[in-house]
Amino acid sequence: MAPLSHYLILSAILFSIGVLGVLVRRNAIVVFMSVEIMLNAVNISLIAFDRNMNLHDGQIFSFMVMCVAAAEVSVGLAIIISLFRNKPTVNLDEFNILKW
Amino acid sequence: MELLIFYPIAILCVALALGVVLNTSPINSAICLIGMMLGLAGIFAMQQAHFIAILQIIIYAGAIMVLFMFVIMLLNLKGDDVEWKSRDRNKLLTGLTAVLVLGGLYKIVDAILATDYKDQPKVADSFGTAAEVGESLFTDFVLPFEVASVLLLAAMVGAVVLAKTKLD
Repeated sequence: MAPLSHYLILSAILFSIGVLGVLVRRNAIVVFMSVEIMLNAVNISLIAFDRNMNLHDGQIFSFMVMCVAAAEVSVGLAIIISLFRNKPTVNLDEFNILKW
Repeated sequence: MELLIFYPIAILCVALALGVVLNTSPINSAICLIGMMLGLAGIFAMQQAHFIAILQIIIYAGAIMVLFMFVIMLLNLKGDDVEWKSRDRNKLLTGLTAVLVLGGLYKIVDAILATDYKDQPKVADSFGTAAEVGESLFTDFVLPFEVASVLLLAAMVGAVVLAKTKLD
């Protein structure tokens, strides 16, 4: 039986990779994928604690995280499509018209 | 014994996650992400969360990644834009970001290793099956479940409205 700390460390590593992707990449779609990595990393933690405490609450939480992720991706990709209509690029550096 | 399965899957997941961040072409990133999702489904199944593992494959590796692929192909993205010249990458800032994230990771791992955990308890064979999770979902968590349905409806309507060419 793999100890709980292994799962938590895997979760921390994946979360850090997600943070790095959000901060470093400039492609809007890849930034979205990095957000997905972060959400998945949190799911690992939730499920690991859930197994460790012999409860079902963590699994319900990760189920809700999946719902929110699905909603977030559908709206986010729709926003990217409408951004692409204004300027034919998904480079986040180009979308700075709100900055003065 | 279980570690023999855990380590390859974990290393694969980390490598594929790095692949998502490091690939220049979005389609390669998406394929790496699908692999990572499938690996994570394996990790979930190892913790007896069978229902969540199947949902992970159906929702993430299936629905969400199809949406990603669809948008990438719709926008016809092939690697970094050439026409829209991206600003020169600030190497110093990228390095600082990496150091910051690695420092945070070190701190988290340190805290995890410093904690004592009780041993993994024995759980019933029915732990994590659709029946058990469903029972919990429809008794204790029935309100969040209903709110989630409203959220998904709102997201669906929002996506249609946002992606529409002209509002009339």
